[in-house]
Amino acid sequence: MILRRQLWRRVALLLLLVVGTSNLAHAASVQSLADTNWWDQLLRFLSFRDAALRYALAGSILLGLSCGLLGSFIVVRRMALVGDALSHAVLPGVALGFLWGMTKDPLAIFVGAVVAGLAGTALVTALTRTTRLKEDTALGLVLASFFAAGICLVTMIQRLPTGNKSGLDKFLFGQAAALGADDITLMAVVTTVAVVLVTLFYKELLATSFDEGFARSSGIPSAWVHHGLMLVLAAATVIALQAVGVVLVSAMLITPAATAYLLTDRLHRMLLLASGFGILAGAAGAFFSFIGRGLPTGPLMVIGASTVFAGAYFLAPRHGVVARWWRHRQSAARTSRENTLKALYHVWEDDGFRDVGVTLSALAERRRETIEEALSRSGNLMRHGLATVDRDVVYFTPEGRQRAAEIVRNHRLWELYLTNSANIAPDHVHEDAEKIEHVLGETVVRELERRLNYATVDPHGKAIPGPRDIHFDAATRAGGEKTNTGGTRE
Amino acid sequence: MNELIPAFDWHRVMVAPWTEDLALFGWIGLMGFLVTAACGLVGNYLILRRMALMGDAVSHSVLPGLVIAFLVSGSRGTWPMFLGALAAGVVTTLLIEAIHRRTRVKQDAAIGIAFSTLFAIGVLLTSIYSQQIDLDAECVLYGEIAFVPLEPFVEWGAAVLGPVSLVRMAGVLMFVVIIIVAFYKELLVASFDDGLSRAMGINPAWVHHGLMALLSIVVVSAFEAVGAILVIAMLILPGATASLLTQRLSRMHFIAVGHAALSAWWGVSLGVWLDCSIGAAMVVMGAVLFSLVWAFTSWSSRRSGRRTAINAGEMKHESA
Repeated sequence: MILRRQLWRRVALLLLLVVGTSNLAHAASVQSLADTNWWDQLLRFLSFRDAALRYALAGSILLGLSCGLLGSFIVVRRMALVGDALSHAVLPGVALGFLWGMTKDPLAIFVGAVVAGLAGTALVTALTRTTRLKEDTALGLVLASFFAAGICLVTMIQRLPTGNKSGLDKFLFGQAAALGADDITLMAVVTTVAVVLVTLFYKELLATSFDEGFARSSGIPSAWVHHGLMLVLAAATVIALQAVGVVLVSAMLITPAATAYLLTDRLHRMLLLASGFGILAGAAGAFFSFIGRGLPTGPLMVIGASTVFAGAYFLAPRHGVVARWWRHRQSAARTSRENTLKALYHVWEDDGFRDVGVTLSALAERRRETIEEALSRSGNLMRHGLATVDRDVVYFTPEGRQRAAEIVRNHRLWELYLTNSANIAPDHVHEDAEKIEHVLGETVVRELERRLNYATVDPHGKAIPGPRDIHFDAATRAGGEKTNTGGTRE
Repeated sequence: MNELIPAFDWHRVMVAPWTEDLALFGWIGLMGFLVTAACGLVGNYLILRRMALMGDAVSHSVLPGLVIAFLVSGSRGTWPMFLGALAAGVVTTLLIEAIHRRTRVKQDAAIGIAFSTLFAIGVLLTSIYSQQIDLDAECVLYGEIAFVPLEPFVEWGAAVLGPVSLVRMAGVLMFVVIIIVAFYKELLVASFDDGLSRAMGINPAWVHHGLMALLSIVVVSAFEAVGAILVIAMLILPGATASLLTQRLSRMHFIAVGHAALSAWWGVSLGVWLDCSIGAAMVVMGAVLFSLVWAFTSWSSRRSGRRTAINAGEMKHESA
């Protein structure tokens, strides 16, 4: 109950915020953007003196919010290009809405566009259900056909002698500076409805977006959720049209959401981040288009959103390219160290565990490498506290010996498991074990040992290192838990 | 409404464009056919390979390629435009791969991000250099096929071949036909079965990139006539119509060309009747043709008691 109340308070706060933004705008002269220098423009932007600027900014922020929010769902549902299809499909609706009243009445255009958008998505569904055409073909087909019909209508309207048709072509590329008070009100209403609906039906949307089967079995009418989402999405697309234009709406739906998708694994955080990025992109677009006079707002907004995406693409902590590359590098380096340890262990084992150290030449021979390579590998082990090198002999540190025994144990246990439980011939199990040895976690090893009845010999007749070989001097080891057991990710 | 939709005058709409006004509409209709046929032939493969939306992506990102090529070379010559568009096509495919291969963003979202960014850059550059670049916004979106007859004509010896862009488009169509005939087997196998094509020594990656290059060439030559968005329709509509009618790739090609001819012919008539953009009218006629075929196939399959949705799987290839 408390949660519910908090939720309502949040909704009320958002409502206030949205209504407040829409009231920012009061009519004043639009055409006062005379020649001033860059600094004056900046001050002017920050002082919000121009009504046109206030409208443009409010509009950009509203559309950034609604597109980011709703775009998150289409990104996680893998329907990213539905937004593209929708935005093109609404064009004939825009034209018909205009024809209805022969004016640029936002409401008529809005209704026409939403109806056309929904008809487009319904047609995509019908096409994929009744023919062999795949979804991408159906999307492209509907997108282009509706758009063509819209262009026909727009070009027919343009030759009409009557009516105030200026601005109709603004739907193609968008013009935030041409937004009026009515447009802003409509945008505020749609954004509010979108925010309220997403907050109210968060649970349903979450369930249907990630696991439709689960949603259905828990009694959520997923078809209705889908249709509702499409309806709100169509509405959001239409209000964004006037500011960014037909082609770039899909960018405002996809890019902020995809950016958020790289940064978090939780849907509610993704929604917040995506709305934030959307607002940021919208405000940046409005700002730069005001500073560099005459530049269109839509493309600037999209480029702003893409820049943020590029940042996340490289730098996102978990899913970014740099982080992935670093993780991959780390694990490759660890694997290579572990392979050296294993080679040392093998030489040592062949020797009957007699000598305390392994000569570099024996290691080089075992790995079929030169002495220099063996030396550099041992040096690497030394830097990680796994071995010490004295002249041309390599000695395990306790740490290194334990890890080496673990790796060999993992390898041999896995080979035995594959031979015994998966009936794979003993000469086919080595490759697989080479990979798995680095990532087996301790709990899995315990399980393997139990299932194999604590066997001591691998399929090739070699001894599997047991707990005594591994923890031979566990008591003497310092407290620092350095052994990485891999496999278990946080 | 009456002023919006003029009365249908059979002579003016259906006869005059091909008799009295042939010098004007003949070129437009022919250009429409060449564009739609070339796009349709390439589009067949996009549909088979479930890459229909790559056409969407490439057609949008050609714009910055054209603008940058113009700014670098300072001319609107054929070669700079071609190279610019080709580079843009390559950059688009690479960007899409870089996004969806290396992050968890799925391919559809990657396509959306890549093409919208490039298109935005294109629009921005166009408006910054609007003085130098003679590309108007509407032309970018739906082209100006009606200007084809006004272009300078290419003469070859004593013979007048036709308007410049039409001759170029004819060359591109020939090129597409030659490529398809020459590499029919490779394209067929690589489109249906990756493993088989590898086993036959055909590298599917090369086929993919070759197809993307061909797509860029076709899209850029169609760009002037039909713009960035109508070209998607030309890529998809003929193939989609054909794939409702046949399971064989070779027949798909012929049907696509037939579809192109009909939609160009009737598109001119529709454009004349309604006095609207002729390029868009051609697409609308193409969509009407598709709808007729769709209605016909679902009617005939219901009558014969079969479900069309059966074999939602693959088409048979004729080499089998």
